[in-house]
Amino acid sequence: MIVAERKSLDEILAMLQGCSRVLVVGCGTCVTVCMAGGEKEVGVLASLLRLAAQREGRTVEIGETTIERQCEWEFVDGLAPGIRGYDAVLSMGCGAGVQTIAQRFGGVRVLPALNTKFIGIPEKQGMWVEMCLGCGDCVLDRTGGICPVARCSKGLLNGPCGGSQGGKCEVSKDIDCAWQLIYDRLASLGRLDLLEAEFAPKDWSKNRDGGPRKVLREEVML
Amino acid sequence: MKSRSNLEWVLAAGHFALTGELGPPQSASAEVIRKKAEYYKGCVDAVNITDNQTAIVRMSSIASAAILAGLGLDPIMQMTCRDRNRIAIQSDILGAYALGVNNILCLTGDHQSFGNHPTSKNVYDLDSVQLIHMVRVMRDEKRFLSGDELKAEPRMLIGAAENPFADPFEYRVVRLAKKVAAGADFIQTQAVFDLPRFSRWMQMVRDRGLHERVYILAGVIPVKSARALEYMKNEVPGMSVPDELIRRMEAAGDPKEEGVRIAVETIQQLREVPGVAGIHLMPMMWEAIAPVVAERAGLLPRPALPAAGLAPASEGPPAGA
Repeated sequence: MIVAERKSLDEILAMLQGCSRVLVVGCGTCVTVCMAGGEKEVGVLASLLRLAAQREGRTVEIGETTIERQCEWEFVDGLAPGIRGYDAVLSMGCGAGVQTIAQRFGGVRVLPALNTKFIGIPEKQGMWVEMCLGCGDCVLDRTGGICPVARCSKGLLNGPCGGSQGGKCEVSKDIDCAWQLIYDRLASLGRLDLLEAEFAPKDWSKNRDGGPRKVLREEVML
Repeated sequence: MKSRSNLEWVLAAGHFALTGELGPPQSASAEVIRKKAEYYKGCVDAVNITDNQTAIVRMSSIASAAILAGLGLDPIMQMTCRDRNRIAIQSDILGAYALGVNNILCLTGDHQSFGNHPTSKNVYDLDSVQLIHMVRVMRDEKRFLSGDELKAEPRMLIGAAENPFADPFEYRVVRLAKKVAAGADFIQTQAVFDLPRFSRWMQMVRDRGLHERVYILAGVIPVKSARALEYMKNEVPGMSVPDELIRRMEAAGDPKEEGVRIAVETIQQLREVPGVAGIHLMPMMWEAIAPVVAERAGLLPRPALPAAGLAPASEGPPAGA
């Protein structure tokens, strides 16, 4: 899933300066699961915005709504009735959600309430970890299903650097060395031979190749 | 010969090699380089020039190495993958060679979070194995990484690092083998304080016959105090420092003298390990101690070039390139 985290209230209030009618829009997909921008979080943020206004003696109107997915037109279209009555839309979706709403509603100010962090998983309650960088050229078949591009601090492809010790990364003892994990997993699979061959330089044109990447599939086009 | 490197000549002639290390200043002062270079004249075969080590901004290794070459020393330009992509690295290698640099040490590079610009974006477009491979292709196949023809190739001796004290221990020799296959001519290791572990690693190196395909220079750091050792043990990732060594430094009346003694003893022990072709001395901003350690370890005088000088590299000297 896409994992996100809410911006600080101060940052959000600074963005909303001068707005008295704000629509807070949640998203029912990834950010609901990672507890950053679902219906509950919309309720909490809306209350915080009302309280902040009350403390400052301002009158505000904070609308609340949560749609199934902010990154799909059919759900974003549902915001059409009433959205233009607001000074700003505060999206609690990921970066794709914010931009989809902005693209659909020209002339409406759409602001991000979240910082979109990464593609990851909930490793345990209250903790999410990055798993994929979306590099566009998956190498997991050669690395035991553990991604060095996303999970090694240096994105190394030819094994651990000299800073790997006791299974931890040189950057912090809180970070597992991805290459130690890869080594252990390939050892358990009896496939350490995969680590003998040199990994050629990565083709980064599949990751950042001028402008947004596109996926075209003619067989499903209308 | 692959290059006009003095280090290559020393190693190829079968001498036990000695390299030093010089950290460029956090300033634009060439004078600092010249002063530190004095300590190394006649005392080592080649001098590593660090590349913004621990991610702290310093004078570039290329410029510092060129200054050193101008003083008649043989610089080993360190090149990390942290700050440059494949375009910049190839460009810098061409430039460094044109300025008289005949050795390169290919490194991954310390993560930027250690340094004084922790909010910077790292590059790591290549890793150290890929960097070694790229330099070898430039030198031996006269091609850029793209495959395009390279008319005047950089004839550099290619070095790499390996750390026998990092994990996974069993994998370290595999990584060394990858570096050798990619084209490394010589290896400098992380500083050896833990001789038993180094010896176990060297056994694995010999089991694979790697010591016959690459020159291995064992790293040695002369330390000034017990605190310095403790710092390395606890704060520097990938170091192994036995407690008994720390206790020995603590008990010493003159810790600096004890540090030199330990370095000298370590060098003598490393010299006995089959497959070790030389020592890489890393004085860590205590360059003045290098000649003292070299002298007392019996490594002076250094082998002098034959009167005729280095034979030109097969494709001609840099001036004609």
